[in-house]
Amino acid sequence: MLTLQTNLIRAGAFLALCFLITLSCDASASAFAAAEICAPGTAAAASSTAPPTVPTILPNIFDPHGPPARMIHDLSWLVLGICAGLFIVVEGMIFYGVIVYRRKKNDKSKDEPRQVYGSNPVEIAWTIIPLLIVFVLTLTTVRTIRSIELTKAPEGALNVVVIGHQWWWEFRYLDDSFLGGEVIVANELHVPINRPVWLRLESADVIHSWWVPALAGKMDVIPNHTNYTWFNAESEGLYLGQCAEYCGNQHAGMLLRVVASKPAEFDAWLQTQIAPAVNDASVAMGRDIFQEYACSNCHTVKGVSDGQFAPDLTHLMSRQTIASGVTPLDPTTLKAWIDNPQALKPGCNMPSLQLDPQELDAVTAYLLTLR
Amino acid sequence: MTSIPHTHLIPSSAPGRGKVGMACLIFAECWFFAGFIVAYLFYIGKSSSGPLPREVIDIKPVLLNSAALIASSFTVIAALRGLARSNMGVFRFWMLLTIVLGGYFIYGTAMEWRGFIVDHHLTISTNLFGTTYYSLVGFHAFHVIVGLCLLTTILVLSLMGHIHVVRDHLRVELVSWYWHFVDAVWIVVFTTVYIVGMRP
Amino acid sequence: MTTAPIHPTSETSMGFGSRVHSWVISVDHKKLGMMYIGAGLIFFVLGGIEATLMRLQLLKPLNDVLTPHGFNQMFTMHGTTMVFLVGMPVLLGFGNYLIPLMIGARDMAFPRLNAFGLWLFIFGGLLLYYSFIGGDGLYGMGGAPDVGWFAYSPLTSKAFSVGHATDYWILGIMVSGFGSMTTAINFMATIVCMRCPGMTFMRMPLFVWLMFTVGILVLLALPVLTGAQVMLLFDRFLGAHFFDPQQQGSVIFWQHLFWFFGHPEVYILILPAFGMICEIIPVFSRKVIFGYPLMVAATLSIAFISLGVWVHHMFSVGLPPWLNSIFAASTFLIAVPTGMKMFNWIGTMWGGNIRFTVSMLFATGFLVMFLFGGLTGIMLAVVPFDWQLSDSYFVVGHFHYVLFGGTMLAVFSAVFYWFPKATGRMLSEPMGKWTFWMFMIGLTLTFFPMHLSGMLGMPRRVYTYQPGRGFEIWNLISSSGVPFQIVGVLLLMTNIIKSLINGRVAGPDPWDAWTLEWATSSPPPSENFPKIPTCTSPRPLWDRKHPEDPDCFYE
Repeated sequence: MLTLQTNLIRAGAFLALCFLITLSCDASASAFAAAEICAPGTAAAASSTAPPTVPTILPNIFDPHGPPARMIHDLSWLVLGICAGLFIVVEGMIFYGVIVYRRKKNDKSKDEPRQVYGSNPVEIAWTIIPLLIVFVLTLTTVRTIRSIELTKAPEGALNVVVIGHQWWWEFRYLDDSFLGGEVIVANELHVPINRPVWLRLESADVIHSWWVPALAGKMDVIPNHTNYTWFNAESEGLYLGQCAEYCGNQHAGMLLRVVASKPAEFDAWLQTQIAPAVNDASVAMGRDIFQEYACSNCHTVKGVSDGQFAPDLTHLMSRQTIASGVTPLDPTTLKAWIDNPQALKPGCNMPSLQLDPQELDAVTAYLLTLR
Repeated sequence: MTSIPHTHLIPSSAPGRGKVGMACLIFAECWFFAGFIVAYLFYIGKSSSGPLPREVIDIKPVLLNSAALIASSFTVIAALRGLARSNMGVFRFWMLLTIVLGGYFIYGTAMEWRGFIVDHHLTISTNLFGTTYYSLVGFHAFHVIVGLCLLTTILVLSLMGHIHVVRDHLRVELVSWYWHFVDAVWIVVFTTVYIVGMRP
Repeated sequence: MTTAPIHPTSETSMGFGSRVHSWVISVDHKKLGMMYIGAGLIFFVLGGIEATLMRLQLLKPLNDVLTPHGFNQMFTMHGTTMVFLVGMPVLLGFGNYLIPLMIGARDMAFPRLNAFGLWLFIFGGLLLYYSFIGGDGLYGMGGAPDVGWFAYSPLTSKAFSVGHATDYWILGIMVSGFGSMTTAINFMATIVCMRCPGMTFMRMPLFVWLMFTVGILVLLALPVLTGAQVMLLFDRFLGAHFFDPQQQGSVIFWQHLFWFFGHPEVYILILPAFGMICEIIPVFSRKVIFGYPLMVAATLSIAFISLGVWVHHMFSVGLPPWLNSIFAASTFLIAVPTGMKMFNWIGTMWGGNIRFTVSMLFATGFLVMFLFGGLTGIMLAVVPFDWQLSDSYFVVGHFHYVLFGGTMLAVFSAVFYWFPKATGRMLSEPMGKWTFWMFMIGLTLTFFPMHLSGMLGMPRRVYTYQPGRGFEIWNLISSSGVPFQIVGVLLLMTNIIKSLINGRVAGPDPWDAWTLEWATSSPPPSENFPKIPTCTSPRPLWDRKHPEDPDCFYE
């Protein structure tokens, strides 16, 4: 038979766990907020027009930086509160019952306790009370759904098409104001702060899911089914997220980065993206190899190639990472990536072209000029 | 505790286990068909290319077909009545007629499919109509064939003199339940494919 | 009625070969039940090995114990195994063993169909596991399936799933699913037709009521899955377009079909556990179950509502707000009857004289853990909250609390409770207590931190994660719970083997219990009862033991 002490210890442990769930999320987030792998400065050095160093905002749902995430956050504290209350009450009843009504050590009697077959008032009570709680939860849930799940773009929103690919993200900026040229980028979405961003989600192959927790909840990216979602980043920063629907081999390597910057900085970035690709005669050999080999079948470099299956490389060096955020972008990683993509991101769709060392150096040098 | 004879085991009000088993099987089959019927309804008008239902379906032979299948539900009842009265001749006659009517239904379905495949080049891989039509109608036809096999087995056994009223009436009745189920499913399939599905 | 053949020779006098033979050809519900449970436990170990490999891979960020492909195979096989080859057969096995004994019948309604169902399940499981060898197919790719247990299209289409791995998944599940359906038909016919004299529906043990409900759910959920799998086969082999977005097929349609099956499936996995708890808590609290009619009503309403909640698996699919709202409401609603059950169990313990045998410990553990899993389930039903939490590790934590902390703890409780009946031997109590604490510690360590990593933004089904996002510590703790669970499983297996060899002899009624299975010897003779018993109330043995205060006075 269990001793009273064991029961008390167990009761304490579980109550502590209950508090953990409500407290530790905020605590652990701030504890880890300082650390982030990809120092944004690395890439900034490589590109003169890249945004200056900005804080990295971790994918923590309790650290919202915009309306949808904040509305969810507020609702979730209410729900967590209700559930924690229920947890303490019911768990308390269990432990009280276990401790008080356990068979005492010296109890040798054969008598059975009084048999209670049920009680209508009690049973009605514990049907009605949960019903009331459920009613409250339903109302608050429906209200929040209606304010988050919009059917048309918010006023003055920036329109972006998000296309999920195995295993990278493509972003197409749609607005008329960019008539100077088409803006197509990969994996790193740049947005201005304090302006709603309306995303049209499409998939080129399987189901993916858009999820940047600090900005908004997730929305699936589905082939032959267009979804819409929105967010509004309220502070500058690099927001981390990743694909949240299992999409095959490199699901874990389909990371998402949203860079929110001041409108002026965003416009400057947009100008660099609209500009044609740099055409540097000193790396002509690399460009020729890029065109002759299979690279150009999949990758677009405006004016050089128009492949559609892989990220647009016209302004490759304005990004901070390659391989959909798997590794920071610098000359070493770029060369390693071109040499053998399967080593960095096993199972990805980019083949190794078995370039000899000169070719490899030339192609790397060429790509490094694509600011 | 009083001693209870073994034969009184089944509470008198409860149906036989065979009936419950067959009812459960039919219940499960309903949900299986539900999936395909929902698929058909869901994909009406969504085919990205032709041929479309209105272009290929000829309703007249299907009506004749359906009449045969529905009639076979009544003939199997007549057969059961014959069996209950131990009139094996009547029983065999109606069983045979049931099988012939069911067989005619399968023949009609086969001819419809032949027309679709040969004349209209519509197969299961042509478009969503083909996909949903062949799988729904095909699974129904498959169930008709299973029912025909059961009915034929009973008829052959009865011709060989192996069917006895007392022992086998329930068994034949259970097969007739299955046959009625197949018939009822056809009414739903007919409504889905040939009435709802024909709307522009 | 058909009864199992009574072998003239006793088992112990037979050679090994003929003993195996007697099991293979057996149509006795008790042997079939034990084979279901035994085979389920073997698959449990396989699924556990897969889980262990995954936890090793996730021990630290950017780990390389498994390749991405290998990891994806592991979580697919782990999920599929645990749901279809562990949960269902073990629970159906208990049903098989106990239903006829509890309702005072000599066997199931269709003994041969019963054996057929068992072997379909076993061969279906073997077919699935054969994919590790045979899944390579023509293209030299594949191996075990890597599409997840939910097998979302279009990942399962020929274009994205080359080779035959996915075909093994489809066929293995389909075959074992047919087995489950035959068993469900058997349950229904047995419960409706084979009850002993006096055993009215409202006198049936609650376990039987729960299995009856499970039978209904199996019969309506599994055929939908089978239909969906047939469509997928047509897509893969005949070029049909059910789930082909290129030809306007809808990939969301697969999700509707799968979750229309999938959600009742969750209740198929938890209702039998409820049934076990309904039997075990009263006996060790020495009190009649509190509110029997309410328990029955709650069970039936859970089954009914479970048909209308499936979209809560799809809140992030982008369905219209009104649809999401309706399914949120129905999902909240299902918490009410589940809560009633929880309260009725506590009400049963209240005022009792609780004996903390290992079985009761596990039952209490079930209450504690299942409550937690249920409450996180309510959080997931809050649609906007779900937009953050779905497909994150929070969900993994949630359903492991429900299925491991709930179903499996109830199964362990049931193993300790009914093992003496099935074998005539008691399991060791001290060793059982160690098992219990190992599982409680292991479960909490492994699954609690998953809620936190999920809220910190870690998606599920990732073979690795980036450092610096706050996931490291929680994954480390999660993995550190694994050894405790392994020790728990090893202790349980040792306990079973030791008890089979020289465990204390149990006698017919070691727990002083009240349902009919304890009215016959342990293990029961192959005809179950020398004389068919009669039933006067929901607790026939209580009435015999307390003729001065029988239950039937209170009906």
